[in-house]
Amino acid sequence: MNAHMNILGAGPAITVQDLGRPGHIATGLSRGGAADRLALFEAAALLGSTQVLAGLEMAGMGGKFSFSSPTRIALTGAPMQAQLDGSPLRWHASHWVQPGQVLSIASAQKGVYGYLTPAGGITTPKVLQSRATHLAVGLGDALTAGASLPVGLDPDPSAPASVLPVQDRFSGGVIRLIQGPQTDLFTPDTLAAFLGSSFIRSHIGNRQGIRLDHDGAPFGAEISGQASDLIMPGDIQMTGDGVPYILLCECQTTGGYPRIGTVIDADLAKAAQTPASAQVSFSLLTLNEADAATKPEAGLIQNLRKSVQPLVRQPHDISDLLAYQLISGVIAGDEE
Amino acid sequence: MSSNNTKPTLHPLGPDAIIVRFSLMPDPAANAAAQVFARLVEGANIAGVDEIVPSLASVLVRFDPVKTNRIEMTAALDDLLSARDTGWADLALPPPLRRWTIPAAFGDEFGPQMDEAAACVGLPSPKALTELTNARLRVLAIGFAPGQPYLGLLPDAWNIPRQSALTPQVPAGALVVAVRQVVLFANPSATGWRWVGQTAFRPFRPEQTDAFALRIGDEVQFEPVATSEFRAILASDNAGAHVGHCKVLT
Repeated sequence: MNAHMNILGAGPAITVQDLGRPGHIATGLSRGGAADRLALFEAAALLGSTQVLAGLEMAGMGGKFSFSSPTRIALTGAPMQAQLDGSPLRWHASHWVQPGQVLSIASAQKGVYGYLTPAGGITTPKVLQSRATHLAVGLGDALTAGASLPVGLDPDPSAPASVLPVQDRFSGGVIRLIQGPQTDLFTPDTLAAFLGSSFIRSHIGNRQGIRLDHDGAPFGAEISGQASDLIMPGDIQMTGDGVPYILLCECQTTGGYPRIGTVIDADLAKAAQTPASAQVSFSLLTLNEADAATKPEAGLIQNLRKSVQPLVRQPHDISDLLAYQLISGVIAGDEE
Repeated sequence: MSSNNTKPTLHPLGPDAIIVRFSLMPDPAANAAAQVFARLVEGANIAGVDEIVPSLASVLVRFDPVKTNRIEMTAALDDLLSARDTGWADLALPPPLRRWTIPAAFGDEFGPQMDEAAACVGLPSPKALTELTNARLRVLAIGFAPGQPYLGLLPDAWNIPRQSALTPQVPAGALVVAVRQVVLFANPSATGWRWVGQTAFRPFRPEQTDAFALRIGDEVQFEPVATSEFRAILASDNAGAHVGHCKVLT
């Protein structure tokens, strides 16, 4: 049996996301899926799920939500201001939601992409083995107020609410990259200048990629007329005018612009979560260093699970503290 | 067209992929080599290979780093490359298995840059159009967007560069040309290629079991339709009947 999640209000870019559609590059379909994959793994760890669940990705701004059945939810990714019937909720945490309660999620305080994952997962029909909306190719659409989505029942609704400490990947900073198939199309001087530059994440950006601005000379390659070649999320592509773009989950599968390197997987979430106007610079790793920093996604939920802690509610977060039966069960002292 | 077909080279791409590159520039032999090598890798059943993708002049091999690693994968691919005694520079495309005929309008509002493209080629527009529609093109690669074909190669004179500025948007079904190739856009898109024609063809049909219409190696020929007639086709309820047809060759 399915329950429902009702969208009472929606920011401009809320989509259903899971881990996307790997294995279709030969058909021109990029993997897509969550811009910050780690956030979905964190949600699974918080909810005690052994598998990544489909959740809502909220770019910049959340919405208002209610559920038809009692369920736990996880709030992960870019921290956003969240309230349940007016009481503040911690981010990077799981919470209980009862039918009739309204979950309000406002704008991101840091980062770009916040995630709301119900404990039973969103259970919309799969297309090519995935529920992920792929805006660039027209698979699915951004959600709007009034929509109702099927969700699975919470398999363990009495499980405790929990919290997961996470490192800040929501503020830009140093992003690590490795050389790629086309790094040699740039002169060593151009590569050195790129690595020595500080960039500002432009407001031009979406799930396909983000533009990086800087004050210095553009980073031109020593070639023109080359065959278009296969590209991947993480590739740093220089447009015709030598402006770098970091390609993200919905990038095209091939491209003709030269690429100076590839962001390592471990830093791709950080790149995607870098908000407009935040500062970014790059540090070049050897392949061995990059491989050592790469953790396979298999086993990731279990590893995160070790850091999950019970959520202790702070009294100042409880708006109706006086309504609680704080002393029920205490003996009176004059019993026989 | 430079035929810089020297020895193929291997390049790491991210944590879990290797690009085997046969040529940096567009080259018919390199395209054939990419298709042949992709099938060779497929047949070799190398442990840990997740995905094999032939492109215009290269092949991407994506592997599972839990089951194998870049060093083992590089060695296995190197072995397959050296197994071909005659090298990789002399290959021609195998004959097509399917032939598509796709109606298309050229010029006017359906291809505003047809005259400009013809001027780049150095032919009067009608002559350039004849070359375009006489050409039996091959699907050299699928990429950029789902099902979207890179078609080629056109005669040498069509080795015209990409524009320096982008055309902000061409519609789905648009035909654009550059570097001896035609791309049929799957979705509305910005492009640096010149917009010469328009089809009602949809390369990606997610609602159908065979979601991707074209396959690498397919032959494609465009059947010219007068712009007035094409306008009428688009306005009719029956536009779907004019998307093109596919003949399986035996």
